[in-house]
Amino acid sequence: MLVAGTFLGIHAAYWNETVLKVVLILSLALAVAGAFVQVYLFKMVSHLQSRLGPMESGPHGSLQLMAEVLKFLQKEDTRPAKADRWVFGAAPFLVIMSTMLIYVVIPIGPRGVVANLDVGVLYALAVSSISVIAVLMAGWASANKYSLIGGLRAAGQLIAYELPLVLAVVGVVMQAGSLNLQQIVASQAHFKIFGVGGVGLFAIPQFAGLLIFVISSQAELTQTPFDMPVAESELVAGWMTEYTGFRFLIFFIGEFATAGGLAALAAILFLGGWWLPGMGAHWGQLAWAREGVGLAVMFAKVMLVGFLIFWVRFSFPRFREDQLQAFAWKFLIPLSLADILITGIAKVAVRA
Amino acid sequence: MSVTEQQKIAYVSAQAADARINFELETEGMTLSIGPQHPATHGTLRVLVRLDGEQVVWADPIPGYMHRGYEKLCEVRDYAQVTTLINRIDWLGSFANEVPFILAAEELMGIEAPPRAQYIRTVLFEMARIANLTLFLGDMGVQLGAITPVFYAFRDREYVLNLIEGATGGRFHPNFDRIGGLKDDLPKGWIDETKVVMRRIRRFCDEIDDLLVGNRIFENRCRGIGVIPRDIALEYGLSGANARASGIDFDIRRDEDSPLAWKHADWKVWTHPDGDSFARFWLRQQEVRESTKIVEQLLDGLPAGPIRAKTPARIRVPKGEVWMHTENPLGEMGYYVVSDGSPGGPFRCKIRTPSFSNVSIVPWLLRGVLVPDVITILASLYFILGDIDR
Repeated sequence: MLVAGTFLGIHAAYWNETVLKVVLILSLALAVAGAFVQVYLFKMVSHLQSRLGPMESGPHGSLQLMAEVLKFLQKEDTRPAKADRWVFGAAPFLVIMSTMLIYVVIPIGPRGVVANLDVGVLYALAVSSISVIAVLMAGWASANKYSLIGGLRAAGQLIAYELPLVLAVVGVVMQAGSLNLQQIVASQAHFKIFGVGGVGLFAIPQFAGLLIFVISSQAELTQTPFDMPVAESELVAGWMTEYTGFRFLIFFIGEFATAGGLAALAAILFLGGWWLPGMGAHWGQLAWAREGVGLAVMFAKVMLVGFLIFWVRFSFPRFREDQLQAFAWKFLIPLSLADILITGIAKVAVRA
Repeated sequence: MSVTEQQKIAYVSAQAADARINFELETEGMTLSIGPQHPATHGTLRVLVRLDGEQVVWADPIPGYMHRGYEKLCEVRDYAQVTTLINRIDWLGSFANEVPFILAAEELMGIEAPPRAQYIRTVLFEMARIANLTLFLGDMGVQLGAITPVFYAFRDREYVLNLIEGATGGRFHPNFDRIGGLKDDLPKGWIDETKVVMRRIRRFCDEIDDLLVGNRIFENRCRGIGVIPRDIALEYGLSGANARASGIDFDIRRDEDSPLAWKHADWKVWTHPDGDSFARFWLRQQEVRESTKIVEQLLDGLPAGPIRAKTPARIRVPKGEVWMHTENPLGEMGYYVVSDGSPGGPFRCKIRTPSFSNVSIVPWLLRGVLVPDVITILASLYFILGDIDR
């Protein structure tokens, strides 16, 4: 990794390669977050609620995202007098760091991955849970009772749903026989169900896993019905109550970029990632075409999972804190354990 | 049944929590001031709660941030001017505020409005109820985290408000009721349009069925939360849907003889035995449905004739006093009007508003519940700040 090498087929010096990688991660995360906000948060939800949503900025409100970002940049950056200065300031950047680190291992094409780690799944889930610390920091440092309650609720919830999120992946890992995300994509491409191959979806045998993964990511993102930590009708905005301007914008981008990251993980683990049926080795001469098609396929799948997340977000009321803990511990975790057991038995029975 | 078993346990554990604070774990309780500026209180109600973790040890509602001194202001206005003022008490169902006051003045003067006026009054009264309660049905969703129903509520309430505007000239504050009748007759084509909108409102109630009532999460958040037993409801003077949801079968529209036209329509007073937040929500949904039926029936049987009785050019109310109350969207609303026979306004006007009595139960109700349930309970009690503070 550290020597001058090839990234996306480009031979470059180490620092050139690093710059390229950083730009790639930033643009991916921001593009996905922006697409989610513009398409789902602004327009889809508006049409769902029988209203038009933003219409003035650009054709059909397509430049609303720019307007929102400019608005946040213009706002005064306030900090409560009794806030813990450094912790308060550091929390948003820790959130965005945890988000960006997920994107490091996400493959968007046959060669389009920044770091093809052998323990990719483990790494992605591990760095995504850094945000728990950031949320606690924000809640505590704001010197606000609503923030504190929100931060504590969030910490409890994120830890509770981390478990089913990880357990839901175990079935896929067992089936693919690898923790490497590229390997998982490849094994879905060759995966046959009842002798019929070419569909390339672990979602079919691991349907329960997909369901648990999407529900748990909903909870990890603190989106309705699991948005008790930021419940706007009781805690104003939970741990984000005291944040304004650029710091709030960072939280906001972090939230939606994490949604994109977890949606991308779901797409890779269960929906075949960048691979398209028919995209075999005979495309060998068309290396860049494969990268492009892979990126498009991946983006479409991420948007599909994102649609599910936001559809649920805008249709359901929220669980109470104890109810959502009970849902995680008494329903999701036993279900994911059963899923692992059944996958294990099936794997041994089929291979034996 | 006075207090449910669940509430006894909650109360005992809340007391224990209070004793535990600063003693057992050397934890400290936290005093949280919900409001006066807070997204959950529609207006400026302040609820001071003492918390142990997320459990409420005690709670105290502090009204008064929006007190406008209406009772005193009524004394320095004449009878025709008072309606402008009292429109702003329950601002979501404005026309319903005017009617009991005008009825009180009519009773003092010995005037009775002609039947057509009484019918139209009742129709507008029920439309004010619909405009008010549809918003509640959506708002309950918002308070529990489902943001879609409230947009549907605003969409369909808009049709009702447009009709009220068409008939009276004012969307929010009609100021349409006069001593002896109404300001104007209904405009042309209004009746047909209203019938279409009433069907639309019933469809909205069905949509609420789909969005909230059958939802498992919604039921988990509402069922068994904030149970008000029947005798406690009576003791605190609850009225309206809050009382009927506790099994008290009382509706002034049906049970008392009123000059208004409810007796000419066929409708049902719903009650619910549970007394919890879900019962209060469900009951108001049924009330909207019944109101649409009342409106349709009264418009079908609308008698012809004048819309205003003969009144003297200068209103002069004779000496006397009268108590007049009606079943408003939020509950029992009444005016105790004392006249000293002078040409000006009332000598004294006591306004009994439903929300003020309804929130008086909050300290009793919030003992031992969790913070999220505070929001559910406050939302399901359904108060309007103008109606509390007036």
